[in-house]
Amino acid sequence: MSSGGPGAAVLDAHLVVRRPGFGLDVRLRVAPGQVLALLGPNGAGKSTALRALAGLVPLSEGHVLVDGADVTTAPAERRPVGMVFQDYLLFPHLSVVENVAFGPRCRGVPARRARRLALDLLAEAGLDGYAAARPGALSGGQQQRVALARALAVRPRLLLLDEPMAALDAHTRVSVRTQLRRRLAAFAGATVLVTHDPLDAMVLADRVLVLEGGAAVQEGSPAEVARRPRTGYVARLVGVNLYRGRASGTRVRLAASSGEGAVLTVAESVEGEVFAAFPPRAVALYRERPAGSPRNVWPLTVDGVEPFGDRVRVHLTGVLEVNADITAAALAELALSPGVRVWAGVKATEVECYPA
Amino acid sequence: MRLSRLAAPLCVALAACACAPGTSEQDGRTLTVFAAASLTEVFGGLGERFEEEHPGVTVEFSFAGSSALAEQLVRGASADVFASADTATMDRVVDGVGVSLGPEVFARNTLQIAVPPDNPAGVGSLDDLAADGVAVVLCAEEVPCGAASRTVLEAAGVAVEPVSWEEDVKAALTRVRLGEADAALVYRTDVLSAGGGVLGVDFPESGEAVNDYAIGVVDGGPEPGLAAEWIALVASPEGEKVLTDAGFVLP
Amino acid sequence: MPVSSFPERGRRSGRLSAGRVPWLLVLPALLGLGFLVLPLAGLLVRAPWSALGARLLSAGVRDALLLSLGTATAATAVSLLLGVPLAWLLARTGFPGRRVVRALVTVPLVLPPVVGGVALLLVLGRNGVLGRYLYEWTGYSLPFTTAAVVVAQVFVAMPFLVISVEGALRGVDRRYEEAAATLGATRWTVFRRVTLPMVAPGVLAGAVLCWSRALGEFGATIMFAGNFPGRTQTMPLAVYLEMQRSPEAAIVLSLVLLAVSVLVLVLLRDRWTGTP
Repeated sequence: MSSGGPGAAVLDAHLVVRRPGFGLDVRLRVAPGQVLALLGPNGAGKSTALRALAGLVPLSEGHVLVDGADVTTAPAERRPVGMVFQDYLLFPHLSVVENVAFGPRCRGVPARRARRLALDLLAEAGLDGYAAARPGALSGGQQQRVALARALAVRPRLLLLDEPMAALDAHTRVSVRTQLRRRLAAFAGATVLVTHDPLDAMVLADRVLVLEGGAAVQEGSPAEVARRPRTGYVARLVGVNLYRGRASGTRVRLAASSGEGAVLTVAESVEGEVFAAFPPRAVALYRERPAGSPRNVWPLTVDGVEPFGDRVRVHLTGVLEVNADITAAALAELALSPGVRVWAGVKATEVECYPA
Repeated sequence: MRLSRLAAPLCVALAACACAPGTSEQDGRTLTVFAAASLTEVFGGLGERFEEEHPGVTVEFSFAGSSALAEQLVRGASADVFASADTATMDRVVDGVGVSLGPEVFARNTLQIAVPPDNPAGVGSLDDLAADGVAVVLCAEEVPCGAASRTVLEAAGVAVEPVSWEEDVKAALTRVRLGEADAALVYRTDVLSAGGGVLGVDFPESGEAVNDYAIGVVDGGPEPGLAAEWIALVASPEGEKVLTDAGFVLP
Repeated sequence: MPVSSFPERGRRSGRLSAGRVPWLLVLPALLGLGFLVLPLAGLLVRAPWSALGARLLSAGVRDALLLSLGTATAATAVSLLLGVPLAWLLARTGFPGRRVVRALVTVPLVLPPVVGGVALLLVLGRNGVLGRYLYEWTGYSLPFTTAAVVVAQVFVAMPFLVISVEGALRGVDRRYEEAAATLGATRWTVFRRVTLPMVAPGVLAGAVLCWSRALGEFGATIMFAGNFPGRTQTMPLAVYLEMQRSPEAAIVLSLVLLAVSVLVLVLLRDRWTGTP
């Protein structure tokens, strides 16, 4: 699968890396000013893909074109690439401004001009007061901004970000994410960012590519991917109940992997192999079999209960597995605990059904 | 002074030892001999002879520059016999520790110029040692060999700047044997001991510095009886033959 | 009646109470410490303090000291120049025969120095396997020169530097070098501006070790370079030879060496060499 986009892509890559026990094969196209997020579980190959783009990992096959120029065999130092690493990797023996000026100086810019350039970038990031400090004296969020400034100082055409939020605590993440979004929006080249946090992908990216087991399993805008997940991983990530089955009319018979024999009723007619998904908040729980509108009703057993934000997520097993989000009040009223039997109901209109 | 003058007192001492109970039990006893480096081959051979004649006895040698050995003895090293390459060094031990059954001069040695077999620098006399580009090795002056070297050079009026001052005469000889030095002033006996490894060049001034080798029993040593027997061996006709074969001159 | 019941309680319970000294460890430790410290204390006690001044200023002591300091420093410089690249090759590349090379590099560490001196003589001497060509073509022979002292010292001391720097290089986080590469640094620039500064404490520690070892070298020096005051007579040689002639002079020389060693160790304190 390759992403759609205008003809003059900044990045055009086909990355094939073969190693014992691991294989990566993915195609990427990123337009100028676009941000592509590589989303996937650990071991999916996202970091390998990023490192291959940077030139730190050799390709077994494929190509990397930046602005039409073939850099497939070029070593990292000759690619027009800037990279921000997960642990930032700011040189501990250099000051903040020396870190940012490092790239330009390596590329031949005289020391004074490089320092000027570095100070300007730091000012943009709001860190000019820390120019003489050592990286160790900065907070996580500040280090991330310095790392970004350092990568941008070499005026790259391709910006690579490896899990940019991973090293930050939850509280800092929110503000840093917003700032990063603004900086990325102002960047004219292509950005590829790797993350396992769907929120990063949602907020920062224009397009999302889901990698699992070294291959792309889904690609699209963040909203598309969230609304119509194609794998269990993505579904869990965005918090939906996802099933595969065979549709005939408005009835979907679920496949063995999703819930043998169970039948889902959906709102619109559809034929063939389909995905069916509904969010946990669409599930209503009853003590007794309800009468009335929900066409999808099943007797299930409570398997687990845990707080989820200001709601409670109840995990149910039985003819199929369902996650239901209910209020704390409802929890108390139903007196739910593991082992209790309840009825779960979902309106047909709440079920999203799309071709597999 | 010949070692034979010691004959009478030696016999008495030996007789006394023979009467002492337990002297026939010689298993596991060690005789320690400190001797000048130039006595290495002579004493080494006599040592084997001694061990044959005294079953159960081991002779242990320490061969080094006489002044190093003297210093060790004065500082309390344990030895039964001391044989030095000159009387001055022996006097230090006499003063510092004490010596009995001696000291007596038992051999004499004169210097010779040692050169590699092909004599690359064409050295024929002491004067040649001072020529440009000749790599000469001398014994350090505190060693008897070195003192003797200084005497003969002064007598000949030759000023030599060596490339190295060696701390014992065997080390100086080795430099020549390896071809690292063009010439060295060593003892006649050392040249002979090297066999074909070096060539000896005589010079007239050698008579100016004759080293008198002295030997004696060190006071406080663990085996005075064995020490006396060792000296007897050195003084015997057999010992004298070994010394003269090696190039020593008998006093 | 015991004055205090506490020891009795300890005996009765049979357990180790807080404050009981582990004599099984302390005794050998004290013995070890004594073993190391007493000889040095003995030097201080037997020093001819009254005549120290005059002896210290004598030409012989000054020559030996300057020669020792100069050759040790030169040997360390050579070791840095040759040893750091060697350490880098051993730490960073996987060239065939690397294990053999590393084993060879450590041989001078276990070889008795005098054996090293013999080896140097047989190879680089005037009649040596290689030295003879040098002599034939240029008339220059290495033994008996100050350069020979440096060569002997490099032979015994460089392995310390190589092992130390190799260890430091292995400990460097390679990701910093990757980061530098993505910023446009060539391999040489990475080495110069990232790797080397990050291993600087390890290199310094190795250099100090190398310098100290070179300063104290005796066996290889006397064998290969010979003994001549001002030219090849380093401090250790001077001490050895003086002991035969004038023990007081030997003690003075020993004290000077001891003072220099302590000074070096104090100057290059832990924070410079990066020890935690």
